[in-house]
Amino acid sequence: MNEPKKLTVKYFAVLREKTGKSQEEIETLANSALELYVGLANKYNFPLESSSIRVSINEEFRNMNDILHSGDSIIFIPPVAGG
Amino acid sequence: MFTISEKPIDTHLLKRELINSRAGALVCFEGWVRNHNDGDEVTTLEYEVFESLALKEAEKIIAEAKEKFDILEILGVHRQGRLDIGDIAVWIGVVAEHRDPAFEACRYVIDEIKHRLPIWKKEHFKDREAEWVVSNEDTDHRII
Repeated sequence: MNEPKKLTVKYFAVLREKTGKSQEEIETLANSALELYVGLANKYNFPLESSSIRVSINEEFRNMNDILHSGDSIIFIPPVAGG
Repeated sequence: MFTISEKPIDTHLLKRELINSRAGALVCFEGWVRNHNDGDEVTTLEYEVFESLALKEAEKIIAEAKEKFDILEILGVHRQGRLDIGDIAVWIGVVAEHRDPAFEACRYVIDEIKHRLPIWKKEHFKDREAEWVVSNEDTDHRII
């Protein structure tokens, strides 16, 4: 049985504006960062496909297919535009 | 070293930090806020930064440049918050014994920073609603 995981998700830029918050604690059955993103994208109507998103788990760049664990801090990174 | 700053960038102070009696060259890049993009009049910019990861990634980029090029030191600053036209958004300085590696390393660092650091730019326009921008090579494309 897949147990729900408790995660912290932080939002930046367009994702922060779409959710109306800079972070939230969530419980999810999503296994991977990708599954979590797709669920959140539906909930908040994110304007970006998962293919254009990178993810940070616990402040490291990681793969969207990486498995999530309870207590993880997740940040989805929309296309960047520094400089 | 790389920092994120909410205050205007003081280039004189940064250059002074790079003084090195072995150095024969200093190459600087300054990214300025311009008043237009894609034909639209830009009034201000807003940078949002995921600071802890941006700093980690910037230090990686600087370490890569030191490995690849024969240089002495690299210093970089990126702004966050609201910027006006003409403000310096990003500053990179590289000192080396000779100019060639300093030019090459400076180019490498600014290119990698633009592509890899979790920094987002919102353009505010004179005549329409503000938009988040995504950089793609030499041109900026809007996504939203």
